Amino acid sequence: MLRERIKVLKDEMVSYAIFVQGMIEKSVKGLLTKQKELLKEVIEKDEPFANEEEIKIEEMCITTIAKFEPKAKLLREVLMVLKINNDLERIGDHAVNIADSGLYLIERPKVKPYIDLPRMSDEAIGMLKDSIDAFINEDAKLAKDVCERDDIVDNLRNQISRELITYMLQDPTTIERALHIVKISQNIERTADLATNIAEDVIFMVEGKIIKHHKEEEI
Amino acid sequence: MGSAILKIRNLYAGYKDGGWVLKGINLDIYKNKITAIMGPSGCGKSTFIRCINRMHEVVDGARIRGEIYLDDRSIFGMHPIIVRRKIGMVFQRPNPFPTMSIYDNVIAGYILNGIKLKREEKDHIVEDALKKVFLWDEVKDKLHVKGTFLSGGQQQRLCIARSLAMGPEVLLLDEPTSALDPKATRVIEDLLEELKKDFTIIIVTHNASQAARISDYTAFFYLGELVEYEETERIFTVPKHPKTQEYLSGKFG
Repeated sequence: MLRERIKVLKDEMVSYAIFVQGMIEKSVKGLLTKQKELLKEVIEKDEPFANEEEIKIEEMCITTIAKFEPKAKLLREVLMVLKINNDLERIGDHAVNIADSGLYLIERPKVKPYIDLPRMSDEAIGMLKDSIDAFINEDAKLAKDVCERDDIVDNLRNQISRELITYMLQDPTTIERALHIVKISQNIERTADLATNIAEDVIFMVEGKIIKHHKEEEI
Repeated sequence: MGSAILKIRNLYAGYKDGGWVLKGINLDIYKNKITAIMGPSGCGKSTFIRCINRMHEVVDGARIRGEIYLDDRSIFGMHPIIVRRKIGMVFQRPNPFPTMSIYDNVIAGYILNGIKLKREEKDHIVEDALKKVFLWDEVKDKLHVKGTFLSGGQQQRLCIARSLAMGPEVLLLDEPTSALDPKATRVIEDLLEELKKDFTIIIVTHNASQAARISDYTAFFYLGELVEYEETERIFTVPKHPKTQEYLSGKFG
């Protein structure tokens, strides 16, 4: 009974993860291709659904623990679904923030061509996708790989910020638009952080090892 | 919530020279669901289910007041034998009839009631009941061995088969796994999950974890009163009554 229930729970969470990943993809695509309707969809349709889904999965986790008192790896699985669920909801919030700034930016001239931003979002989405694949396949090796890629996204974020500072210094009329781009890069960077959290949780689920807060040296 | 197969109204029950053990119970039991009756020793949970198939009245000096409806008909207006055929019971300790074979144990209800059946009918009832409790494959080659030769868990499944053979609507189980090891307990729990597709099950247990695992609804009894009755998922996450909270936290019981 418990195993079947945990399987349902994990399937539900994976569907949620795919949905949230789609929200990030849509908000970035909406910005890059100036598709207002995509950005509005993320804000008006996807976010309310994502919130409901988070509550649904959380309730399933709580009742599973209350009813079945899972032990050992089964306990880790339910607890990690609970944590990952929370991270996914926050990724959904970041998608909304990106879409909000996107709506501002697509109505105005570009400060500069978007080069690093798509690279950064591809990298963050790739990390999220891999962390979920690691969850599905209980692949701790892939999860560790995700953790190591966090620096790439951090560096891209720093690079974007530095570059935009020069634009803002040269032409103060770009400041508001540039700040929106910085905000987007921060939201993408947070998405990558949360993908890293998910990967760390997968490692705990599979191996029972906690590797948070720079404990990766001990892996 | 589904439809109520049993409606218990203002039920009081007691024994000779004593006060009421059950004090005004009102409860609906839903069809094709597992309802757990949970509570500390002496809270009246066994008395409660014994009232439901009129076993309580068998005790010398027993008293009962109130109403119990099965499919909207008062069970007190039916013959007790009919009530017990429609509402079967399985007890704490497996109690196959010691002198009877496995085969005869399954159809004991018919034998003891003097109901004559053709050989093919008997064979069919025995096979069907033993299959329902997942015992058929284990015993089909030794149906004429005494029931008491089986393991504890098998004996308990045999007793469930004996109840099912009478074609009941409701199955009452009074702590059916408390004399069994964890593995046999698991088998019975899985079995109940299957059986609820065809039957309505009421299980008495003082094991809160078991109530949580297997039931759809849980009733918490304390000192002869129904304190709380809720969907199991709710009662085990956000119980309404402080007494339920205390019981589930292990403060008493």
